[in-house]
Amino acid sequence: MSGPLLEVRDLCVEFPMRRGALRALDGVSFDIAPGEILGIVGESGAGKSLTGTAIIGLLEPPGRICGGQVLLEGQRIDDLPREAMRLVRGKRIGAIFQDPLTSLNPLHTVGRQLVETLRTHLPLSAAQARDRAIELLQRTGLPAPAARLAQYPHEFSGGMRQRVVIALALAAEPRLIIADEPTTALDVAVQAQIIRLLRDLTQARGTSVMLITHDMGVIAETCDRVAVMYAGRIVEIGPVREVIHHPAHPYTAGLMASVPSLSDTNERLAQIEGALPRLGEIPSGCAFHPRCPKASPRCGDERPELALVRRTRAACWWPLVESPAA
Amino acid sequence: MTGRSVTAFERPAMPETVVVEARGLGKSYVMRTPWTDRLLRRAGPGRIDAVQDVSFTIARGRTLALVGESGCGKSTLARLMVGLETPTIGSAWVDRLDVQATLAGPADAARAMRRRMQMIFQDPYASLDSRWRVRDIVAEPLLEQGLILPPQAPARVAALLASVGLQGVDIDRFPHQFSGGQRQRISIARAISTSPEFLVCDEPTSALDVSVQAQVLNLLVDLQRERALACLFISHNLVVVRYVADDVGVMYLGRIVELAPKAELFAAPRHPYTRMLLAAVPDVHPRDGGREPVLGEMPDPLSPPPGCAFHPRCPHANERCRVERPALLASGAVQVACHAVEEGRL
Repeated sequence: MSGPLLEVRDLCVEFPMRRGALRALDGVSFDIAPGEILGIVGESGAGKSLTGTAIIGLLEPPGRICGGQVLLEGQRIDDLPREAMRLVRGKRIGAIFQDPLTSLNPLHTVGRQLVETLRTHLPLSAAQARDRAIELLQRTGLPAPAARLAQYPHEFSGGMRQRVVIALALAAEPRLIIADEPTTALDVAVQAQIIRLLRDLTQARGTSVMLITHDMGVIAETCDRVAVMYAGRIVEIGPVREVIHHPAHPYTAGLMASVPSLSDTNERLAQIEGALPRLGEIPSGCAFHPRCPKASPRCGDERPELALVRRTRAACWWPLVESPAA
Repeated sequence: MTGRSVTAFERPAMPETVVVEARGLGKSYVMRTPWTDRLLRRAGPGRIDAVQDVSFTIARGRTLALVGESGCGKSTLARLMVGLETPTIGSAWVDRLDVQATLAGPADAARAMRRRMQMIFQDPYASLDSRWRVRDIVAEPLLEQGLILPPQAPARVAALLASVGLQGVDIDRFPHQFSGGQRQRISIARAISTSPEFLVCDEPTSALDVSVQAQVLNLLVDLQRERALACLFISHNLVVVRYVADDVGVMYLGRIVELAPKAELFAAPRHPYTRMLLAAVPDVHPRDGGREPVLGEMPDPLSPPPGCAFHPRCPHANERCRVERPALLASGAVQVACHAVEEGRL
């Protein structure tokens, strides 16, 4: 293995407003190794989707990258011109979004969309591309794939559509897949199937995955490592079991305790007091300090950087040394 | 029916008194067929049986949760219970009064019925009028019911806001000035303002973040206990249900397939669909024991499978399941509609 597949260095994204710029992502850094599944978890507005769209160059204007670097296989991709970035997307980075309907063209058959994608990125004849498309759909567990090619997206159920989107994302055999809430629009039973599919397909090819979700359960069952985001920053990153069972950051600990669980014996959910800060009103110092049970004056003044605490890295002045679960 | 009218307006004395009852509720929708299909295939109008033959009771101070995947009819059932939909067959009862008949009857009785039942909806962004201040949103049901006079409104609203964890200064704000969790608190304050006996919550936390979801769920449980509300809680999420429900009903394609006390349902799920749903929940804590594989998807409600509607996805289905619909049978406190369970195959 020669270094990480994806390196994100100190990434910042801002939205210029009339009264100054709003900093939505602030110094986000992480790596993804080849074949690794990294989860990005956080509540709405934490910046997890923004991280994904910034990496694949699909930030909605006026949002823009205002600092940092994104490197794919050692090559900078955050400053590529639009056309070059278009080739990176699809060929080297595949994307799966929450709502499969918005990723599919309703006017074209599923077969046409797959064949087009395949031929854009790979030197295939029409007949070869068609065979490839059938094979791809088959691998996603779609029944009767050859007949399905002639159908339109509206003729598919939600779970089946997401299978097609996964087939599209895998079509050009990218090294990295960015999956943004791929199962949030689906029912639990279908969600379980899609998660397993994503894991099996990427494992078989050694594809890396950046899985963005708000669902800790999905993270726990899918990822190797996880980054927890809060108010535009990563507050903790580490191996998934460590972060879940021995969190070092008080926010991670609170988040984990508030996740309902089947094996929990408590009759009451633990809750984090207060609400997520708005983009324009992110507190100084550690953004979590107004809600944090361990906060001290220092937390409001100085911003903590990620530092090693046991086996995870947490951005906290008072990390939890002994977690309650330990 | 004759004996009922006498006690109709008495508050139930015993904690186990039945406040809410569904009796063989059913709701069907007629779907228009596209004209091309009518012409070319001579297809008649389709029919969707959204809810079929659903019966249950909820006692004072108890919470019944109904879970199921999208399209299973749980939201339709919630709307039937508060009279937002008219049942095709069967009836809903609140405090020994037929909901539909009472709402269609004399204005006084209908208004009294509306006071008794309130509903909290999923989307706190859509369910509050964005041009109203919080004071008007929360006071409206009170004024409409004639429970208070306009000068009394601010004090009552302030007390209600305090009981859901909002502040006095929030009274003059507009919904857009609140976060999703706070908006859902406003919905809750409005719902409890008329001191209802029956509260319906349709996915009240599905639009919220986890840390906020925990706050709202805890608040709902506190209020429900404090006020001894009979509560119907609709959710797609079995795990959430574990924290709020006393009893849990699992719905599949319009029917209840299993209805059991919470502890029983989670410790020993009987119906294969319940087992599958439980197995499908991604959990942060590793579970021991084998997980039943998740197979297939919900069938098209326009052409439901014959026999047991779950049989195409069921690993235990046999010939009988394919032709004969299982009845909901009680054994102890648990009701299950499954041939395999009945025959002891499962």
